[in-house]
Amino acid sequence: MAKQYETVIGLEVHVELATKTKIFCGCSTAFGGAPNTHTCPVCTGMPGSLPVLNKQVVEYAAAIGLATNCEITQVCKFDRKNYFYPDNPQNYQISQLYLPIARNGYVEIEVGSTKKKIRIHEMHMEEDAGKLVHDEWDDTSLVDFNRSGVPLVEIVSEPDMRSADEVMAYLEKLRLIIQYLGASDCKLQEGSMRADVNLSVREVGSDKFGTRTEMKNLNSFKAIARAIDGERQRQIDLLEAGRAVVQETRRWDDNKESSHAMRSKEDAQDYRYFPEPDLVPIVISDEWIAEIKARQPELRTEKLERYKKEFDIPQYDAEIITSSKHMADIFEAATAVCGKPKKVANWLMVETLRLLKERGQEPEDICFAPENLAKLIALTEAGTINSSVAKEVFEKIFDENIDPDKYVEEKGLKIENDEGALEQVLAKVIAENPQAVADYKGGKEKALGALVGQTMKAMKGKANPGLVNQKLREMLS
Amino acid sequence: MANIISDETIEYVGILAKLELSQEEKEAAKSDMERMLDYIDTLNELDTAGVEPMSHVFPVHNVFREDVVTNGDGSEETLKNAPLRKEQSFKVPKTIG
Repeated sequence: MAKQYETVIGLEVHVELATKTKIFCGCSTAFGGAPNTHTCPVCTGMPGSLPVLNKQVVEYAAAIGLATNCEITQVCKFDRKNYFYPDNPQNYQISQLYLPIARNGYVEIEVGSTKKKIRIHEMHMEEDAGKLVHDEWDDTSLVDFNRSGVPLVEIVSEPDMRSADEVMAYLEKLRLIIQYLGASDCKLQEGSMRADVNLSVREVGSDKFGTRTEMKNLNSFKAIARAIDGERQRQIDLLEAGRAVVQETRRWDDNKESSHAMRSKEDAQDYRYFPEPDLVPIVISDEWIAEIKARQPELRTEKLERYKKEFDIPQYDAEIITSSKHMADIFEAATAVCGKPKKVANWLMVETLRLLKERGQEPEDICFAPENLAKLIALTEAGTINSSVAKEVFEKIFDENIDPDKYVEEKGLKIENDEGALEQVLAKVIAENPQAVADYKGGKEKALGALVGQTMKAMKGKANPGLVNQKLREMLS
Repeated sequence: MANIISDETIEYVGILAKLELSQEEKEAAKSDMERMLDYIDTLNELDTAGVEPMSHVFPVHNVFREDVVTNGDGSEETLKNAPLRKEQSFKVPKTIG
């Protein structure tokens, strides 16, 4: 019988914090500035410059630590990690090794119907490096230090995951916790959340870990899943062929769906950490922890339960809406205005998701004002517009954030409630469609549908179909 | 001197520090490092059981800045330090990320 293998996975997740400024200087962290515009002597490591810690970084990091059930290291400090690389102008990275801000936490994930705790070994604060861009023209690299010094937390899990599904569930859980805290937007594509995967395989039943590899350059959930499957198979093939897995860092190429060993930076593992002498220790008092805890907003799990109880929203809908903090915010704001949570949920679940899919967008990209959705719901509830017109108007709200009250007025989309006008149109339709009228009178119910359709068309969709139906029956009886 | 720094160690430390040392410099560095390690041995003679490791020389903690942007476009000042530059970026030998 073929050997059965188990995959053992641990994750190092880097999250860019949502501060306005860098971790040790007053340079902006805004994304997309021209190269090197957000730089100063501190974040480019000029001799004599001195870093000063951004208080908000400690607050966000501690908030993430608390929300992931970690113990906060109440006296913590920074260390220097020494290495030479062109993206790192100081020749060291200020990070935390000996006393990281948070340790020994866990998050609970659910795969299928199985719940599981994924333990967090530690979480530390550090600064990001600059960005290298390859210049094809003269085969050199260009360095932009705008990202140098942007605050990061690195969350290191224990090797507790056994499948790509568990990894996805863990990342999703972290993403939601951190987004709800407002500590980061956690966009994998833009690099504000990045994951390195440590993976090994072992025979089922073995309690010894196999040799692991570390995989980098994973910038989407799909890439992570593919890389895990690819690396698992590569390691099993090696073992089956009687060869050994080499402990190394590998770079995933999602286009080729394969990985290759990265050129080892000479003796790169010897970082010669030592305490950072330019920064003083951080003391996080009980009071400070209590303050951070008190500020903790409602997290996803609590919100989901509240939606079910308070608004009577089904589990599935509540899960989808709360799967994005942004969508949940829109839901609550629109509900607060119109007082119709089920209607709001319905517009989000059906039309919003459909349009997002059509436009290839994520829930984070929703850009309409919740008030406009609330106004649209009020218009339909009052019977001012019918449901097909409402869908049309919603598409306008979704794409251009128009004010539905004005739009409906300007485009003349209101339902004609003038019975006299309707009767005139009906009389005309009846006169013009003798065959359908005869069919209906002869007992063909279906023929009525054709007449209703004709009427709606003549009224440019602004009639109330129920009323048209009723009037037609009256006039033909 | 109790501590001996081998040729391999000096070579290795040189690689880590990206330093090319001449034979005389290597010898000088070796004896410097040996003396440093000897001094550490002297310190190690002290009984430090129950003494918290000191993490900073000054008895201060929690020196913070508020999260407020205070720096404007620093690109020209920064790029003055570039041995080679291309437009707004530092130009360096081709490096694989």
